Amino acid sequence: MLEINNLHVAVGGKEILKGLSLSIAAGEAHAIMGPNGSGKSTLSYVLAGRDGYEITSGSIRYRGEDLAAMAPEERAAKGMFLAMQYPVEIPGVTTMNFLKTALNAQRRARGDKEIDALGVLRLVREKAKALHISEDMLKRALNVGFSGGEKKRLEILQMALFEPTLAILDETDSGLDIDALRIVADGVNALRSPERAMLVITHYQRLLNYIVPDRVHVLYAGRIIKEGGKDLAHELEAKGYAEIIREAA
Amino acid sequence: MAAVETKEKVAALGEKYKYGFVTDIEMERAPKGLSEDTVRFISAKKNEPDWMLEWRLGAYRRWREMHEPKWGRIHYDPIDYENAYYYAAPKSMAEKKSLDEVDPKLIETYNKLGIPLSEQKLLAGVAVDAVFDSVSVATTFKAKLNEAGVIFCPISEAIRDYPELVKQYLGSVVPVTDNFFATLNSAVFSDGSFVYVPKGVRCPMELSTYFRINAQGTGQFERTLIIADEGAYVSYLEGCTAPKRDENQLHAAVVELVALEGAEIKYSTVQNWYPGDEEGKGGIYNFVTKRGDCRGHRSKISWTQVETGSAITWKYPSCLLRGDDSVGEFYSIAIANHFQQADTGTKMHHLGKNTRSRIISKGISAGHAQNTYRGLVSVHPRAANARNYTQCDSLLIGGKCGAHTVPYIESRNKSARIEHEATTSKIAEDQLFYCLSRGIPQDEAVSLIVNGFCREVLQQLPMEFAVEAQKLVGISLEGSVG
Repeated sequence: MLEINNLHVAVGGKEILKGLSLSIAAGEAHAIMGPNGSGKSTLSYVLAGRDGYEITSGSIRYRGEDLAAMAPEERAAKGMFLAMQYPVEIPGVTTMNFLKTALNAQRRARGDKEIDALGVLRLVREKAKALHISEDMLKRALNVGFSGGEKKRLEILQMALFEPTLAILDETDSGLDIDALRIVADGVNALRSPERAMLVITHYQRLLNYIVPDRVHVLYAGRIIKEGGKDLAHELEAKGYAEIIREAA
Repeated sequence: MAAVETKEKVAALGEKYKYGFVTDIEMERAPKGLSEDTVRFISAKKNEPDWMLEWRLGAYRRWREMHEPKWGRIHYDPIDYENAYYYAAPKSMAEKKSLDEVDPKLIETYNKLGIPLSEQKLLAGVAVDAVFDSVSVATTFKAKLNEAGVIFCPISEAIRDYPELVKQYLGSVVPVTDNFFATLNSAVFSDGSFVYVPKGVRCPMELSTYFRINAQGTGQFERTLIIADEGAYVSYLEGCTAPKRDENQLHAAVVELVALEGAEIKYSTVQNWYPGDEEGKGGIYNFVTKRGDCRGHRSKISWTQVETGSAITWKYPSCLLRGDDSVGEFYSIAIANHFQQADTGTKMHHLGKNTRSRIISKGISAGHAQNTYRGLVSVHPRAANARNYTQCDSLLIGGKCGAHTVPYIESRNKSARIEHEATTSKIAEDQLFYCLSRGIPQDEAVSLIVNGFCREVLQQLPMEFAVEAQKLVGISLEGSVG
């Protein structure tokens, strides 16, 4: 599904990722853990295609295609989804309108028939319920005045709505209390399937108690320094990053 | 063949202004240039009574002594008033005909513009007056409106059929000597709409005038007069388009609104005159004087404008809040892209007691465009307890455009309460990226974000037109990012 090979990425001329390799197959969930400044967010942005994140060498293949050649909106239409650490506010655009516009833009790009307003409303309502997202929230401007938890739940709602093939969750646990964390994790787990892959990027092990990964990778200074099964997350929690980094050095 | 087809396809892709076509129709014109003879020619064409001709001539003589205003933040080469036509009408319209007899070429033109003139095909509940260059070519639903006592007709007809009403109100809000462009209009205005809603009548349908400039080298000078008698209500909308040409064409309109006691007028504009090309060549010079008079107590006038077209826009729809407890509103979206220049805003004159006004202005600049909000809120010494709320928001797209806010506040009554808020922002890169990452392509994302920015104003438009206006906002800004 996703093949990252010796990836180097620079932001503003400064190299952040320095030879990262990673391979995720359909049906798998991988976790990337790393301390602040290790390059976690850079990885998520380069995967989603944000401007200013320059691939200086190496390659990313997504479903067999060269990802770098795809525009961000094309990646979305081809099933890639990034749940962002800091969802963006768009004043004046209702959440519902945003969801409808995005869903239909993706469908249009894939050559599928667009869904009318009523159809989208029905679909969104059904998915919103499980995430405890109120009707009122859908009527408000996108992310404007939303609490941290509301913003994160809305990211997961979008994920449920778009049914991506590869979902990247960037620090989805940050700013969530334990109840919100459980709701979000349930939403993510409901989407796990043999056709779908997930990449969970997180600082803490906490989220991985709920979304249990098949593989865990430790990212430090732009490189994967250690890999293992789900137990690696617990080891990391127990020892701390400093210890693991020293061991790997 | 294939090459031609490809070329056409490529041309169509670059065709953002879809109203730029020209209707090939035989025209009758006034001789080129502006003189007393031109004024007499126009007046004679309209079979006007002598008093009207005298009114025009008075304006013309006055205009000769006036100078173009220079205070706007707009730059253009001097306009040669002698090198233009002041009257142009399709020959087939020499005599006003019934709807079934209108030249098929004109019907087709309006079909292409999305304004079918057949009553069966029209938007339900909207009556249309179609003005083509200097004449009104059709007015729909006249009979139905007559039943309610509402007069809706071309102003040229009103001058002949309702002279008393016209004499009483024409020039009573925008005096003949008001300003250079209004005075010019008073001398040479050719057509426009006249509306009278009698006492206590709520106009049963939306009224709409669709202005089309077609003829080359010709200016359009429309004149609109709307009177809402005591307790009456009317909602009126105007739309405007013009062909793509390399020359600049002048459009100098005057709109006067009169609201008597307890009356309400809602006036909406979707202005989409040809804006010129991407290098700033061609486009309409839009110099317009619009003013509403809340003459009676508890009257209300609300202006809503969506200004996306024209090379230059110079207009300040205003309210004279004379009646006690009267209300004036101004909701504006002004979009300037490429080399467009917009200098627009409003004036709220608080003259009566407890008068209230509200100004919401959304300016969007892209490309090399300059966009200025210019507004005045004035409170007369007698206007106790006047209230004003002004909000001016500017959005910049790209680094080569400009947004300017020039608010004037003159308060001569201590009880006045005036609030002014202004913001300037850029479409943030993170907002765009967020949309892109959700599969929304760039132009659609810009349209979505800008429509969100304009939402408060778009909500003021009659529903039938709001969707159209939203699309227009998107189209005007296509290709402005990246």
